[in-house]
Amino acid sequence: MEYERVAITEKAIEILNQLKVKHGKLIFHQSGGCCDGSAPMVFEEGDMYLDESDILLGQLEGVNYYMNQDQFEYWKHTHLTVDITEGRGSSFSLEIPLGVRFIIQSRILTEEENTVLNK
Amino acid sequence: MSYSKPTFKEKYGNFINGKFVDPVGGEYFENRSPIDNSLIAKYARSQKEDVDNAVAAANAAKEAWGNTSAAHRAALLNKVADIIDANLEEFALVETCDNGKAIRETLNADIPLSIDHWRYFAAVIRAEEGSATELDANTLSMNIKEPLGVIAQIIPWNFPLLMLSWKMPPALAAGNCVILKPAEQTPSTATLLMEKIAAVFPPGVINIIHGFGPEAGKPLASHSGVNKVAFTGETTTGQLIMQYASKNLNPVTMELGGKSPNIFFNSVMDEDDAFLDKAIEGAVLFAFNQGEVCTCPSRILVQEDIYDKFMERVVARTKAINQTNPYDVNCMMGAQASNDQYEKILSYIKIGKDEGAKVLAGGEACKLEGEFANGYYIQPTILEGHNKMRVFQEEIFGPVVAVTKFKDEAEALEIANDTLYGLGAGVWTRDAHQLYQIPRAIKAGRVWVNCYHAYPAHAPFGGYKKSGFGRENHLMMMNYYRQTKNMLISYDKNKLGFF
Repeated sequence: MEYERVAITEKAIEILNQLKVKHGKLIFHQSGGCCDGSAPMVFEEGDMYLDESDILLGQLEGVNYYMNQDQFEYWKHTHLTVDITEGRGSSFSLEIPLGVRFIIQSRILTEEENTVLNK
Repeated sequence: MSYSKPTFKEKYGNFINGKFVDPVGGEYFENRSPIDNSLIAKYARSQKEDVDNAVAAANAAKEAWGNTSAAHRAALLNKVADIIDANLEEFALVETCDNGKAIRETLNADIPLSIDHWRYFAAVIRAEEGSATELDANTLSMNIKEPLGVIAQIIPWNFPLLMLSWKMPPALAAGNCVILKPAEQTPSTATLLMEKIAAVFPPGVINIIHGFGPEAGKPLASHSGVNKVAFTGETTTGQLIMQYASKNLNPVTMELGGKSPNIFFNSVMDEDDAFLDKAIEGAVLFAFNQGEVCTCPSRILVQEDIYDKFMERVVARTKAINQTNPYDVNCMMGAQASNDQYEKILSYIKIGKDEGAKVLAGGEACKLEGEFANGYYIQPTILEGHNKMRVFQEEIFGPVVAVTKFKDEAEALEIANDTLYGLGAGVWTRDAHQLYQIPRAIKAGRVWVNCYHAYPAHAPFGGYKKSGFGRENHLMMMNYYRQTKNMLISYDKNKLGFF
């Protein structure tokens, strides 16, 4: 049985598709820290420098979802669902001019998921 | 006593080259109050062309401004402080409306601290000096501090006027011109300040650009016409800004948040006195500014032999927090700054519960009645658990504290330092040895000892680890906005003899 670390809601897919039309290929990067941190950011592919310290958690509608390795160590026991909410974030994330913000809904991985994904 | 919502114009442009101007594209965005979700005003939705105009204005002004005397610049900084001081109540009211925080905080913390930061840097440049060293009998090495030129500053929404006042005065005092982008959730006090001080500085010395991160923030951070970028925010944007700055080989300063431990050793309960009362308040300070502080003391660590008794009092004090109309001076905790923050905080409370954390207080949204029913209120929340839980590791930026116990100094330090961040920490004890040794062993840029959440000018503030670098609120910040001109002067009349 295959398990995923990340998922996305239908409402979030709609916004993601709008952004693809405008900006082309995209990536998600999970931020941490102050203010608008601890939320997923969407950028044009190639805008953010990524290397082996950025863990690829999965792919959502063709969009890679990355998180920094240090942060991943504290997050890896949880499953993340990208959702969308109304509101005005302030960061360079591309959905912000639309008056909406991607957010994360989390749940603890089941024992079986944890065994498969974090063995 | 209660105030009411202040009045605003229909819309506000950018402040460029000494005057308010419409954005080139003619677009504006709506800014709403998190207190009741009502419209405040429309603000310029700037694009790259607006940023270009601001950068051009600043570059045109930098030569003359950089050559003004320290006495002149100090006088202007003091004038700004006097103007804010004379309008303190108006600034406090606008800040509360825009950010959602309780009026007692803006009246007593945000605005008075802002004023003092302008005055502090006015004083610093009158007192500091360059240096000169006689390297030998005929050689003098002279160091002159010169401004970098044009500074881009991007600030967050949690203390809008105060963050502006942490960043602008040292840059201006050092002789730079500034382009500042307020957060799009809280553009109002920066705008009010420009209305009040429009004539204080020569055109182009200070410029304010409104708009969204991807449309205005990114062109500003990556602009080849700026010489330095200062940023407060989260890690991903911090990394991007450093990347853009690297293309221009520009220096940066970063303040990127934390997950600050607040440590209570058993001696705090040796007496039931004023100090214990202060320590309990110190634990409840997680609710200050609705928890929207980079140094929010969001992890409480309590020594196990006092844990139950201490937490009983912390819980009781937390439950006594009065959440009501933020314009009322009796309100102790206002609204979260925006809907997405509100949703994010609730999602973290949920995962805390899922991970097995026990809710000792709060744990839900706070429903206010009437006109405030559409605002974004959350109950001050205490979650009991262990340090590997996500609520112990991530900056929630809300009134949510995670609490755990420790048995001895070694375990306290192990938990305190088990975090990606290192911005603030608190240590509470009556033990004279712990007062010094524990703060020294904590990997954070600011350790409050028997106090918390004090931010006076003259005490350097900044992060270790992933909390960033640079030290604000202190004269050392001046050197992040300057470069050193070394003049190496020979008084020897004789040649080297090589050629």
